[in-house]
Amino acid sequence: MGRFSECTRVFAVLTLVLVITPAALYGAQEPATFMDAGTTAWWVWPLSLFVMTFVMGILAALGGVGGGVLYVPIVSGFFPFHLDFVRGAGLLVALSGALAAGPGFLRMNLASLRLAMPVALIASTCAIFGALVGLSLPTNITQTALGATILGIVVLMIMAKKSTFPDVPESDKLSSILGIYGIYTEASLGQTINWKVHRTLTGLVLFIFIGFAAGMFGLGAGWANVPVLNLTMGVPLKISVGTSKFLLSITDTSAAWIYLNQGCVIPMMVVPSIVGIMGGSFIGVRILRVAKPTFVRWIVIVMLLFAGAKAITKGLGLPFIV
Amino acid sequence: MTETEKGLETGKNLNSSPGQTAEADADQILYASILAKGMYLGLGLLLATFALYMTGLLQPGIPIEELPRLWTLSAHEYLEVVNHEFLHRPEVVDGWRWMALLGMGDYLNFVGIALLAAVTIVCYGGILPNLFRKKDWIYATIAVLEIIVLVLAASGLVAVGH
Repeated sequence: MGRFSECTRVFAVLTLVLVITPAALYGAQEPATFMDAGTTAWWVWPLSLFVMTFVMGILAALGGVGGGVLYVPIVSGFFPFHLDFVRGAGLLVALSGALAAGPGFLRMNLASLRLAMPVALIASTCAIFGALVGLSLPTNITQTALGATILGIVVLMIMAKKSTFPDVPESDKLSSILGIYGIYTEASLGQTINWKVHRTLTGLVLFIFIGFAAGMFGLGAGWANVPVLNLTMGVPLKISVGTSKFLLSITDTSAAWIYLNQGCVIPMMVVPSIVGIMGGSFIGVRILRVAKPTFVRWIVIVMLLFAGAKAITKGLGLPFIV
Repeated sequence: MTETEKGLETGKNLNSSPGQTAEADADQILYASILAKGMYLGLGLLLATFALYMTGLLQPGIPIEELPRLWTLSAHEYLEVVNHEFLHRPEVVDGWRWMALLGMGDYLNFVGIALLAAVTIVCYGGILPNLFRKKDWIYATIAVLEIIVLVLAASGLVAVGH
């Protein structure tokens, strides 16, 4: 109980740091006024970005979400960077995390290449279209749509159930043709688990929308990958999580190239963000041993609610409390 | 309780197919191996070039103290302003034009970023011969299509008009 109270205090402080620091730095001004202010030393921005992403990395690891889904709404909502650069950096943050985790998941057979390849082809193609649409639309529309999407993700996080071992009585024809099935060792049970998938076509169609959203908003798409793989296609939860993470390395690659080629990448934003979020995730995984994941998950949900509301009000030009 | 959970309770593995193992197959291991090498190389290069940039060993094309004014602009405005005020190139530096500016500390960072974004293409290229050798035509086709999609995205041919 005492340890839980300690965790509660730590996470409350982390959340406050995440939300209040940018607001305090920038005095709750709208971006147009940042350009004129010019009073903040340049190094404050990458440093504060590093601190924020470090905290995000901890909370993302504990809350079971990818860094990208926190990064884009929070940084675009509370930092002065233009949404174009935030989305470019967000994709590279999600991509780096996926590249770092991918080899381990593949080697441990907790990610399936045969499952990922057809899904990735659809998602990465649609991510290109999403990126092109996102970069074509006026920023306020994209920002408002981002806010609405984030609030949708919150609903998904609250409502979606997870199934550790989904019941798949029969493989469907498409998955049989593609040979999507596998075996993995469930270390907690000391047993090997055979898995297969169903409703493959439905899952592939859903990845059209997931890829599009990932490209349009620069979000990693783990928030949608896992429910579709797990609940729709019947992939065991561990394989869904591992394959989802690996999948991001392909989906986000295609969108990242579009943003990179359009000049939406500023190294001074990207590198501190990648280092911060990877460092935070590293610490987060260690804190996970003593933290209450459910409690942290609710903190992440509240943060996303806050960031989603901020994105909508910013997009619509409405006032916001912070 | 699902079928699999019932199977777990009775200690019986479900849907087992002869010849299957819990180990990753050779293609997956090869893909993972290339991915790991590319990731380490890309991240290492990114950190090394960023260190060169931050320490001033390589002068940046865009003065660092100007960045807070520039990153509030849209990408299109940013490219125009940066080119007009600092780079003075015939065209704005989008697509692969950063390759011509690798002597500048900030643009050198794009080498690591591009490598991170390119490693997946190399991974697919790495497993493609195995897929052809196994006559796994469906996955060979998927791999070829994925390479085409990613190369197209990387080429800069797919772009939004400014």
